[in-house]
Amino acid sequence: METGNVLLLARAQFGLNIAFHILFPSITVALAWILVYFRARYARTGDAAWLDTYRLWTKIFALTFAMGVVSGIVMSFQFGTNWPGYMNHVGNIAGPLLAYEVLTAFFLEATFLGVMLFGMNRVPPWMHMTATVLVALGTTLSAFWILALNSWMQTPSGYVYTADGQIIAGNWLEVIFNPSFPYRFTHMMLASGLTAAFLIAGLSAWRLLNESRDTSALKTLRTGVMVAAILAPIQIFVGDLHGLNTLEHQPAKIAAVEAIWQTGKDVPLVLFAIPNDRTQRNDYAIEIPKLASLVLKHDASAELKGIDAFAPDAPPVAPVFFAFRVMVGMGVLMLALSWLGIWRMRGSSHPPRWLLWAFASFTFSGWVATLAGWLVTETGRQPWLVTGLLRTADAAGAVGGAQLGASLTGYILTCSLMLLAYMVVLTHLAGKGSHSAAPRPATMPAGAAHDA
Amino acid sequence: MTLDLPLVFTVLMGVAVLAYVVLDGYDLGVGMLMPAGDEQEQDVMIASIGPFWDANETWLVLGVGLLLVAFPVAHGVILGALYLPVVAMLIGLMLRGAAFEFRIKAEGWHRELWNWLFWFGSFLASLAQGLMLGSYITGFESGIGYFLFSLIVAGGVCGGYVLLGSTWLILRTEGALQKKAIGWTRWGLMWVAVGVALVSLATPLASETVRDRWFDFPRTTALILLPLATAVAWLWVWCLTGRLRNGETAPEWGPFAGAVAIYVLAFLGLAYSLFPYIVMDRLTIWEAAAHPSALGVVLAGALTVLPFIIGYTAFSYRVFRGKVRSERYE
Repeated sequence: METGNVLLLARAQFGLNIAFHILFPSITVALAWILVYFRARYARTGDAAWLDTYRLWTKIFALTFAMGVVSGIVMSFQFGTNWPGYMNHVGNIAGPLLAYEVLTAFFLEATFLGVMLFGMNRVPPWMHMTATVLVALGTTLSAFWILALNSWMQTPSGYVYTADGQIIAGNWLEVIFNPSFPYRFTHMMLASGLTAAFLIAGLSAWRLLNESRDTSALKTLRTGVMVAAILAPIQIFVGDLHGLNTLEHQPAKIAAVEAIWQTGKDVPLVLFAIPNDRTQRNDYAIEIPKLASLVLKHDASAELKGIDAFAPDAPPVAPVFFAFRVMVGMGVLMLALSWLGIWRMRGSSHPPRWLLWAFASFTFSGWVATLAGWLVTETGRQPWLVTGLLRTADAAGAVGGAQLGASLTGYILTCSLMLLAYMVVLTHLAGKGSHSAAPRPATMPAGAAHDA
Repeated sequence: MTLDLPLVFTVLMGVAVLAYVVLDGYDLGVGMLMPAGDEQEQDVMIASIGPFWDANETWLVLGVGLLLVAFPVAHGVILGALYLPVVAMLIGLMLRGAAFEFRIKAEGWHRELWNWLFWFGSFLASLAQGLMLGSYITGFESGIGYFLFSLIVAGGVCGGYVLLGSTWLILRTEGALQKKAIGWTRWGLMWVAVGVALVSLATPLASETVRDRWFDFPRTTALILLPLATAVAWLWVWCLTGRLRNGETAPEWGPFAGAVAIYVLAFLGLAYSLFPYIVMDRLTIWEAAAHPSALGVVLAGALTVLPFIIGYTAFSYRVFRGKVRSERYE
């Protein structure tokens, strides 16, 4: 098989796994902190409804976390199997960052998750609360390290070359807090918050559609909608800052996002178009004159660099352009729905069925926005794996096309089975409601406490 | 004197891999034993590993992470050569991790399906790890003979995991299930004895380097201590389980400790056979090592954080000590 196809297979396989993986941390990172809130509410009020809520969402957390762990293990191996050139070139930077993630985050969250899930009757309440906080801290630390690495790949800094041409860290603080890191980390944390908030609101709405008198579900619906309504506008603001940061450090990505083919002044904002790679122009374009220059440079006649300024090292335009519009579109819809929800549920009024249906259908909306956002940022970095330092093609391995094809099939089957089961189980759990999570008098193994 | 960083990292990685095979070994073993228990026993078996399996698998990530950090060249070579068994192992681990959570929430035939997938995932992952080890020892030689050798090693690894799993169950359960586990342990012991014997016979045949290492008398006379100690540990587990089976008093942690000892000894033997190669006959640890600056920063982190990890892991085992029994859930 020719190299181009093997590279494509390697990328497809890694892309599939990383996309599958990110679904789960994008929920658990924020859900862990929401569990801390549920746990604290129970500790303060002693209200059993909060405990039921905590139990139900802990079950969902455990399931999501396990999916994240197993898909994450796959990724830790694929760095080597799919991208051996990556570690050969930038291993002295990427390796330590990954090692710190394992050391400071993975063990912490995995161990205390055990205490959190199975230890409620075995440790004092303060210890259980501490375990819940440590799990949340672990998930956030994990996001911190992996996003530091990802951001470094986007906007590398703090590195030096040795005499024999190896890349090593010159200043670790500059490596970690590289130019895009603060923006990406904040953007991703907020994305996780929104994903978890819509998941909670959506599954609670689903429960209320089945059983309208469930007060716990009403409580969690309100929590989810409130969190979403607060985070959505902040996210749009932070996203804009992130975009300006990208313009400064990765202008080629912005050219693809806005489908600007030719460098020029008075650049219009393309609302919709079908970017045509062959003719290097946009078909069926709907544009607002001068707006891109105004938005990006705060000057209606400012010059913006187009794809032509970066070729041949320019990213593909169409996928980046469309993914960006999906992400922004979802963001706007999420903002509108959460504010509508707040307004319709003000005071103590019961949410109407159409609103419940709306939230239920938005259960996994955070996934769509997150995946679209990742597609923008990762495809927008191409053809670089590490901007300016290493091309994706130079990092691919010597694994043959047949092996890649066979394993890709295996991964697709496994991932689809797991994703389907995950969504079915979540809906099923939510449909039963949190009361079924309450203690039942039957005898059961002590360790299986969270199965109740 | 400067610190020999590659050597330090070899030891660290060895510790991580050993911790992984022992810790995930017992829960993979419990997974493979699943079909041998009835429905209620299966719940207890799963409950006995519930709080631990996530953290156990993290040692695998640490092991492969240290390989990646400290020996990036070897990481590429090893994972490239072991591509298909690695994929099989990963799919196995994915299936069992998901099945673990899903079976709890499922009912009826769904639950049966996840039970079965849990067993299959555990078995696939163990088998693949054995194949990886076999191929690793021979320096990734291909050919039917080498594949048969890998199969023998894989059989030994599976037997070892079953032994770890069944002795773990002796420690953590009681009553009828514990009785069963004693029986499984004795089967596992015989399996391991055959496995260790076959691997010990086949390894010097499969690898010239190992042959020279083992039979370089008289320099290697002290090496005889390893098989002797293994035999002692084996006999100890055999005697203890014999006494437990007859209802006599014997320490219930004994068989598990013995099984761990067998694993540690086998690991030491393996380490002796391979050192200083990280890719057999091709790359030594010094040739494959990363830049000292990267190694230094990871070592500092590891030495700072590992005591905490060991501390809270011990805390977790303390919290969940004792028998997993059917009790009222308050």
